[in-house]
Amino acid sequence: MPMDFQYKLLSKKTKMILTILLVLGCVALTYMLDQGMIGTSYTVRIVRISVIYALIGVSMNLVNGFTGVFSLGQAGFMAIGAYSVGVFTIPFESRANVFYLVPMSEKIVNVELSFATSLIMGGLLAAAFAALIGAPVLRLKSDYLAIATLGFSEIVRALIANNQLWPITNGSLGLKSIPGYETLFTPVLISAAGIAFMVLLIKSSYGRAFKAIREDEIAAEAMGINLFKHKEMSFVISAFFAGIGGGLLAVHLTAIDTNQFKIMVTYELLLIIVLGGLGSVTGTVISAFLISFGKELLRWFDVPHYIGTWAIPIFRPGLRMVIFSLLLMMVVLFWRKGLMGRKEFSWDGIYNFFRKWPWRWRKLVRGEYKIENRDKRKIKREGRAVDKAGRAAGREVRREEKLKQKEVDSDAE
Amino acid sequence: MQNNATEKPNVLRVADATMQFGGVVALNNLNMDVNRGEIVGLIGPNGAGKTTAFNVITGVYPPTNGAIYLNGEMIVSNYPQGKMKELYAGENKGKYSKAKVLTPDKITKMKVARTFQNIRLFKELTVYENVLIAQHVKLKSNWLAATLKINHKEEKAMRDETMRLLSILDLADVKDAVASSLPYGKQRHIEIARALATEPKMLLLDEPAAGMNPQESDELMHFVGRIRDDFDLSILMIEHHMQVVMGICERIYVLDYGKLIAQGTPKEIQKDPKVIEAYLGVDD
Repeated sequence: MPMDFQYKLLSKKTKMILTILLVLGCVALTYMLDQGMIGTSYTVRIVRISVIYALIGVSMNLVNGFTGVFSLGQAGFMAIGAYSVGVFTIPFESRANVFYLVPMSEKIVNVELSFATSLIMGGLLAAAFAALIGAPVLRLKSDYLAIATLGFSEIVRALIANNQLWPITNGSLGLKSIPGYETLFTPVLISAAGIAFMVLLIKSSYGRAFKAIREDEIAAEAMGINLFKHKEMSFVISAFFAGIGGGLLAVHLTAIDTNQFKIMVTYELLLIIVLGGLGSVTGTVISAFLISFGKELLRWFDVPHYIGTWAIPIFRPGLRMVIFSLLLMMVVLFWRKGLMGRKEFSWDGIYNFFRKWPWRWRKLVRGEYKIENRDKRKIKREGRAVDKAGRAAGREVRREEKLKQKEVDSDAE
Repeated sequence: MQNNATEKPNVLRVADATMQFGGVVALNNLNMDVNRGEIVGLIGPNGAGKTTAFNVITGVYPPTNGAIYLNGEMIVSNYPQGKMKELYAGENKGKYSKAKVLTPDKITKMKVARTFQNIRLFKELTVYENVLIAQHVKLKSNWLAATLKINHKEEKAMRDETMRLLSILDLADVKDAVASSLPYGKQRHIEIARALATEPKMLLLDEPAAGMNPQESDELMHFVGRIRDDFDLSILMIEHHMQVVMGICERIYVLDYGKLIAQGTPKEIQKDPKVIEAYLGVDD
């Protein structure tokens, strides 16, 4: 008789060492990628976009997954951040080139800010917008809130492309010549710092209050949590980091226009947080990498393939997205909680996951899974039979009642 | 006032509270007092307006007319406004002229806590987290300090207090269990523990013994008495189990169709013909 599986915890020291090793590993990996020791510039690009999406994803998860407020305004906040970085970091000499149709406004044409300043300004601007629209919008519930925030992000896009703002934003022509990253460390570190900040927030008392609101608004309010204040707080902080993420994205792309901040971006982020698990930071980070890399790997389906000289007709641009959507549907259908559910990464979890394998293996070898499944099926079948009998009995009773009623009615007549 | 006879200071006073939804008067001119250290029962047949009374006291609805006092201080007051001016069908119209409405979280901050008729725990969180969250109301540091762990002393104090509460209430052994995974009676205890974590002076229990067997409700009765003494509480409870109500409440208010039909000690209530009529009906 094998012993039952027991969950064992690692010591604090072991966990500390493992964490330090993990961080060092990440730093080393970033360094090697940066120096071109592993991967190509193409890999570096994907890693860059992954970390940026991880930051924005976590910021969206803070509102959607932890506070339970269904907001879809992330693209708008990103656009605000991206444009404030874009407008103020284009070097003087390229400005006339970029603003070739309508010259840049005189007030800002001589203002050039450092990347850090403009990035923080972008975040703060996005946060300010969030505070402003939060006041009316956060009083709405679920779907209505989603529609209102979606509308907001479209308004931001339309505003940026608007004629009157042309001297500042270059309207629909977009911005280019934004200086790109010199090293991979910039986006990685900023994004890591942002995510760390949000993790600390979630672990603090305020984060617990957010979770309480997600679980039960009425109970949360009865426990003395001011609903509006806390929702607004989470919304504004989320917008701040979405703005920062947008700024990082602008530098990554070096050329932006309003079409890059369409609703599709918000959907893509929604996908990341749902796949990772609503309410899981590690899940979001993992799925940001998974989706960014997955989308690139699936490019194989976009190019024509030949059998001899015959081109297989389905391999053409666009198939990638079809496959991607199918995969997503599978995830939503069969793996509804996403990769991580609401769990977070922990060394204990990993350790026990692998420790459990001998037990699983033994079960598999002995065919205990088969027996278990057979029992489960049996129980299900019996349950269905009982249900069926119950329904039949119910029908019988109702029919008798009807007959009796008819008799009573005819007697009355 | 009828309760000046008692020496205990008044904690909660509901004065002429009327709650009208459209044309339905759910609560009609309710006058009620809870004094310090008392356990007061609020009973009545289904749909009598008991939970509405709770919701009015805890700020879920502002009363259509009337006022609520806490420790002698008016915290909520309202009078019929807007289209209610014409629709209003309650009593004492024109007695109040001040509109002062508070949201539930503000009232909880004033040390009034409640439980719910249909348990409203934070279902997917652990028992420990449930109680810890309720301490958020006492938090003094702002979000930035809390995030950057500048308030670690306060945080530690909150965690210690949670553990203390859980061990006092014999819940320490289930502290890591997910709230919804526990049996019904335990969940009721946790809801009370969570309410106690907000450090109330006034506790409102909405049917704490609902769905419990006689033994469990007996235990609950002792439990309620114990927390009253240990935490220096005044308690107002809605309850259907007459055994519990008669066993523990010092005074009882009886509601029927939103109106107060009787009040007094359990013995007086048991004999009151109006109460018997409301519960059992009467021969025509």
